Amino acid sequence: MYQSVKYDEPLLKDLEVCVRQKCLSIPKIPQNLQRTTFVNIPNLDESQVMRHFLHLSQLNYGIETGIYPLGSCTMKYNPKICEEISHWEQFASLHPYQDESTIQGTLQIMYELERFLCEITGMDHFTLQPAAGAHGEFTGLLLTRAYHEFQKDFSRDEVILPDTSHGTNPASAAMAGYKVIEIPSNQEGTVDLEILEKTLSEKTACFMLTNPNTLGIFESEIDRIAQLVHKSGALLYYDGANMNAIMGKVRPGDMGFDIVHLNLHKTFSTPHGGGGPGAGPIGVTKKLERFLPVPRIIKKNDIFSFDYEYPDSIGKIKAAYGNFSVLLKAYVYILLMGGNGLTEASEVAVLNANYMKKKLVDSKYYELPFRDLRKHEFVLSGQRLLNTKGIRALDVAKRLLDYGLHPPTVYFPHLVKEALMIEPTETESKKNLDEYIDALVHIAQEDPDLVKNAPKNTSVRRIDEVGAVKNPILTWKALEMKTEKSD
Amino acid sequence: MQFIPNSPIKSQMLQEIGLHDMKDLYTDVPKKLQVKNIGLPPGRCQQEVEEHLRKLARRNKSFCEIPSFIGGGVKPHYIPAAVKSVLSRSEFYTAYTPYQPEASQGFLQAIFEYQSMIAELTDMDVSNASLYDGATALGEAALMCTRITKRKTFVIPKNISWEKKCVLMNYTKGAGIAVKEVMYNQKTGMIDLEEVRKVVTTDTAGLYIENPNFFGVFEESTEEIQSFIHKNQSMFVVGIDPLSLGILKSPGSYGADIVIGEGNCLGNPIDFGGSTLGIFACKNEFVRQVPGRIIGLTQDAEGKRAFCMTMQTREQHIRREKATSNICTNEGLCMLAAAAYLSWLGGKRLYDLSLLNYSKGQDLEKRMMNIPGFTKKFSGAHFNEFVLQHPKAKKINKHLLQHGIQGGLLLDSWYPELSNCMLFGITELHSEEDVDHLISHLKEV
Repeated sequence: MYQSVKYDEPLLKDLEVCVRQKCLSIPKIPQNLQRTTFVNIPNLDESQVMRHFLHLSQLNYGIETGIYPLGSCTMKYNPKICEEISHWEQFASLHPYQDESTIQGTLQIMYELERFLCEITGMDHFTLQPAAGAHGEFTGLLLTRAYHEFQKDFSRDEVILPDTSHGTNPASAAMAGYKVIEIPSNQEGTVDLEILEKTLSEKTACFMLTNPNTLGIFESEIDRIAQLVHKSGALLYYDGANMNAIMGKVRPGDMGFDIVHLNLHKTFSTPHGGGGPGAGPIGVTKKLERFLPVPRIIKKNDIFSFDYEYPDSIGKIKAAYGNFSVLLKAYVYILLMGGNGLTEASEVAVLNANYMKKKLVDSKYYELPFRDLRKHEFVLSGQRLLNTKGIRALDVAKRLLDYGLHPPTVYFPHLVKEALMIEPTETESKKNLDEYIDALVHIAQEDPDLVKNAPKNTSVRRIDEVGAVKNPILTWKALEMKTEKSD
Repeated sequence: MQFIPNSPIKSQMLQEIGLHDMKDLYTDVPKKLQVKNIGLPPGRCQQEVEEHLRKLARRNKSFCEIPSFIGGGVKPHYIPAAVKSVLSRSEFYTAYTPYQPEASQGFLQAIFEYQSMIAELTDMDVSNASLYDGATALGEAALMCTRITKRKTFVIPKNISWEKKCVLMNYTKGAGIAVKEVMYNQKTGMIDLEEVRKVVTTDTAGLYIENPNFFGVFEESTEEIQSFIHKNQSMFVVGIDPLSLGILKSPGSYGADIVIGEGNCLGNPIDFGGSTLGIFACKNEFVRQVPGRIIGLTQDAEGKRAFCMTMQTREQHIRREKATSNICTNEGLCMLAAAAYLSWLGGKRLYDLSLLNYSKGQDLEKRMMNIPGFTKKFSGAHFNEFVLQHPKAKKINKHLLQHGIQGGLLLDSWYPELSNCMLFGITELHSEEDVDHLISHLKEV
């Protein structure tokens, strides 16, 4: 079983005494523009730097440390070959404004990746520019605005979304200038058609939906939803965070979605980088093509080039063309897996999730609100544990850390009490799933005090997050000021 | 199937949970919507895929094969092997956002160190844990200025990159912010103080300047600008090239409220304009309006020092539509590269590197000015980029390309007033041979 190391790793600034030293002035630059002392960053030897960061890396849990079943995050194994190729100099050391004749390989990769994503999602066109899922959502909403304004329809200022939606959905809608209307889910945990129909109007710009939704439930009435949305003149937006459930099984384009974003750092196995870089490409149907960000990549007589001639385009949403290294890794992943492999990935992701779900529900310690059949993830309620033993979902999560396992997402989606949102992905073996199930069952049987005081095997115990907000210490400087004060 | 360990035991697992067929897992998907497969070729083995990618790679020319002197955006820099080694730790690069702090102390501390070093570099109180890039950081800064001042106009100089401006327009559209432009001084290339006074009004939420600016020129009247802007109760936003701050005065020292920048140059490959790093820092009083993640130092249940994500009530996963930004995934690994890079350099070597970039910019300009036909466009002192005019600018670039060199960035498509002007950039990575090569081919035109 994995056990975390326990270092008291000093801060960089404490590795070496750093004195504010004066620096020489430079003759030709006006004196008042120059700094007089070196920037206050310690001057360390490479060996000190390496030990520091190696220790920090060992204090961190990654997908190669063990299972990482965060719901809606699709933490699957990241093949090494994708990583290696992305570092090749002919890819990594290209300038975005280089002459097109010298970047044909890269343009071909981007062009083909767009085609691959079209095929997987059933959309007509893609842009690779957005840097992350939320950035893709924001782009999709800018496209929505451009589309309605192009129709001379300026009254649509509302975005509707279900209460199970990811937090980024309402945040992106608000940033794009829309009023957000959240509708409650029905008893099944899915979209309430009656409420949706009542809420849709000539003011609706679009309806944002994740399918399967964040409960892991497939919205089986999607046909009807699409009909209602389109009848009102609004667009239907697909949050692709849960695409790992349905590749090769059903396509957003066929379900009637007009705009789709994908998270290449989830479904297409590019590593999450501890928080990025990601890539959130956007796919659209033909009627939205003219609004896509520029440049588009075109192919003529086997020559690839950038095309900026789209007068109705929304312009740019990121400098250059997107996070290319992420795009490259996803391209390599798709070639490795092929159409058959991606389908198999989705099927087994769903199998693994339902396998875990069944065993955990059968244990009787955890409940499964709503429908039984789930897709790639499922949300358990820990309410029974809270009622009987006073153990909260957060306690279970922290106790899992003592078993050397990464916890699931907790307290999301909000309509499940004491939610534990589990997404095992297809890259975990049955043995790993069984171990995780056993741990969850075992925790439910443990002495509640032990669970409530977890973790104890990690490098730090439970953290005072309230104190961090009340007394913000966000930099070395702030820490020094605090220390001086208390002295 | 590779990367799917349970492939061979699917039926056994199905049986254990009372199902018979993989189809049983998709009975909730309407039949008429179901597809049989994906119209893509079948998977291939790793060796085959690698061979395919080698062929594609050969259709590219990297910096080694075709040195580039393009200014106006990212430029290639030397990346120490130590930084690459830090980034290769899969505990870092395969981790998710640090939602479970007890299992993510390493990354959290690294972010804290990054925030600290950005604060030292800029003389700001607070830095966030990164945004997507410098352009989106400008968009977020404009939104933050309007949240703070409740005003609806944001002022930018005319001499910023068109890409950045375009991104800014998209970021400010929804909030109904009007973006106004200030003309630069055509002689010096600096922002024109008189123009600023004309354009900035009582409805101005903030003014943005870049230092060095898009033409590589140092802005000399920052003090006057800040005092005027603050008298007007607007926010002062400064865009930086982090490497220039090795020798330049920090924006904090001349009164910036928010500092943004592109941090790609801090230990990241250019990656065709990807692997960007949006730097975002500000004064303490504005911290609750900052977009994106912030890491704080606190303690654990036993009083031991610990780190966690903090002030999360600003963020989308808690506040949904009321969040300060929609950003979730940021540029974590590029930020880690910056942290490793800055700690590898230290304050002294950062000065040396900064000075080296400055000096190479001066030397290159001098050598080019000795070639007949080139004239200096702006009189202001500059960092490692500069604008020169030449009657045959287009022809020059074509000629250079034929000899395996990328020339300067032609500016006239975005700045009609700058016809035949080229923006050149140079860094510590350009060898003497590269420069000699450039000069000798320039002489041929």
